[in-house]
Amino acid sequence: MNIVVCVKQVPDTWSERTLRESDSTLDRDAADAVINELDEFAIEEGLRLAEAHGGEVTILSMGPDRATESIRKALSMGADKAVHLVDDALAGSDVLATSSALAAVLGQIGFDLVILGSESTDARTGVLPAMLSELLGVPQLSYASKVVIDGDAITINRLADYGYDTVVASLPAVVSVVEKINEPRYPSFKGIMAAKKKPVQTMSVADAGIDPATVGLANAACEVLSFAKRPPRQAGTIVTDDGDGGSKAAEFLAERKFI
Amino acid sequence: MAEILILAEHDGEAVKKVTLELVTLARRFGEPAVVWTGPGAESAQSRLAEFGAAKVYVAADQVYDDYVVAPKAELLAELAGQSSPAAVFVANTAEGREVGGRLAVKTGWGILTDVVGLDDDMTAEQVIFGGAINVRSRVRSGTPIIAVRPNAISPESSAGPAAIEPVNISVSDAAKQAHITERVVQQRGARPELTEASIVVSGGRGVGSAENMALIEKLADSLGAAVGASRAVTDAGWYPHQFQVGQTGKTVSPQLYVAVGISGAIQHRAGMQTSKTIMVVNKDPEAPIFELADFGVVGDLFKVVPQLVEEIEKRTA
Repeated sequence: MNIVVCVKQVPDTWSERTLRESDSTLDRDAADAVINELDEFAIEEGLRLAEAHGGEVTILSMGPDRATESIRKALSMGADKAVHLVDDALAGSDVLATSSALAAVLGQIGFDLVILGSESTDARTGVLPAMLSELLGVPQLSYASKVVIDGDAITINRLADYGYDTVVASLPAVVSVVEKINEPRYPSFKGIMAAKKKPVQTMSVADAGIDPATVGLANAACEVLSFAKRPPRQAGTIVTDDGDGGSKAAEFLAERKFI
Repeated sequence: MAEILILAEHDGEAVKKVTLELVTLARRFGEPAVVWTGPGAESAQSRLAEFGAAKVYVAADQVYDDYVVAPKAELLAELAGQSSPAAVFVANTAEGREVGGRLAVKTGWGILTDVVGLDDDMTAEQVIFGGAINVRSRVRSGTPIIAVRPNAISPESSAGPAAIEPVNISVSDAAKQAHITERVVQQRGARPELTEASIVVSGGRGVGSAENMALIEKLADSLGAAVGASRAVTDAGWYPHQFQVGQTGKTVSPQLYVAVGISGAIQHRAGMQTSKTIMVVNKDPEAPIFELADFGVVGDLFKVVPQLVEEIEKRTA
């Protein structure tokens, strides 16, 4: 089975994240860069499915040169090889352009199963898996908390507000995973050493057959007009419980008409 | 006046509050035209009329409930082709934004997600990076597809005809690839849904165990609130994952958010920072969550919360 896991390098949630004054795109240099947390669950699921059913796991990442660090980390977890879509023309692409760029690469390299995290911790649009499914014309199996493959048949539990839906489809398919689906492994020392020798193919916009007029900041379907730091909330009233903390809290709720 | 297409979210009978919020918002830009899939439109019609829906397109076919997302996107694309709306509104829920995403691919129109407000020229307001930055953005290609965060807009009534218009559009085989064979309901009690609730009570690491989450549920029930949990709680298995509030869970924006035993790491703040009023109970006065609090109690939650519940019950009895 040919499994492709899409991985996005994002600014670490724990560092100060901001946008660039010049063009309102993500300031990638201001923050530590890490693999999008939910993508680690996607990598783990890909590895487990390949271990159970045979096959190869390819990491696909679109991003600047620096994304190489995240690709190596994914390889050190156990993926077999990687494709890095890297081109200055891609900078500032919105989610629609990103999905079409990734779909172009996926069309070239082929796949039985594409796995992604259900959203990224930076942009948090959560629409990329659905867009890829639409573009590739394969089933959308998103928000999976469980994946079972049996021959050509794939079944997932799709997380919902009320519980989950059981969803059945045939491969090839696009799957997005939620955290809790598994426990991502830490790269072993052996894995880290091996990752250095694993093949990473770089692809440009031209290599992937992407029309440069459909990607990048200038061609984005949406634009950021302005941004500003959110003003801090007005300081509230803090009391220390001297045996009447609960009553004081109730008083506050009554004042604000919640009770 | 052009239509604003609004994808309804409902449970087969009652329309969800977020849809009434979208109808309220749409009135500023055109004629709110609700798109209803599956059964239940007749029973929800009066509610939609109360909030000013001009029209309700009803695609009652079971196919919309039987397959994941794709049939709904096809329906919206078809209706948008017929009525040339000024915008398409969906709820920023898992399903709403996915329908919007597929519609964006079909049409080439831009989509903005997690929108918390719209100016008259349809410039959107978004809050990003865990509530740290406000962004103003707009769609510049095609008809705007706007996914609006539940609870960001206050629903306001204003009578409308909500005229039902049945639509019968055949769904392609391509949209029928991901078949829903079973819906498994694991709901706990009769509490409001997390992202829809006007009050949310969340428990964190300080709660200490799965059994102790009953205390959080009790406080929630005294307020008619939904129950949420921090990631520490869902990771420990004390409460189901779908109740997690935070960056990798749900984003909520209720009138009142009560954080109990939650320290307020950025991961959690990302999911609740735009709540209108925030109340905190935590024993650590240094916990960063106090920075967000309109009212905070530094104290032992096992003493403060039972007293609070008792007081609420006394006052609401």
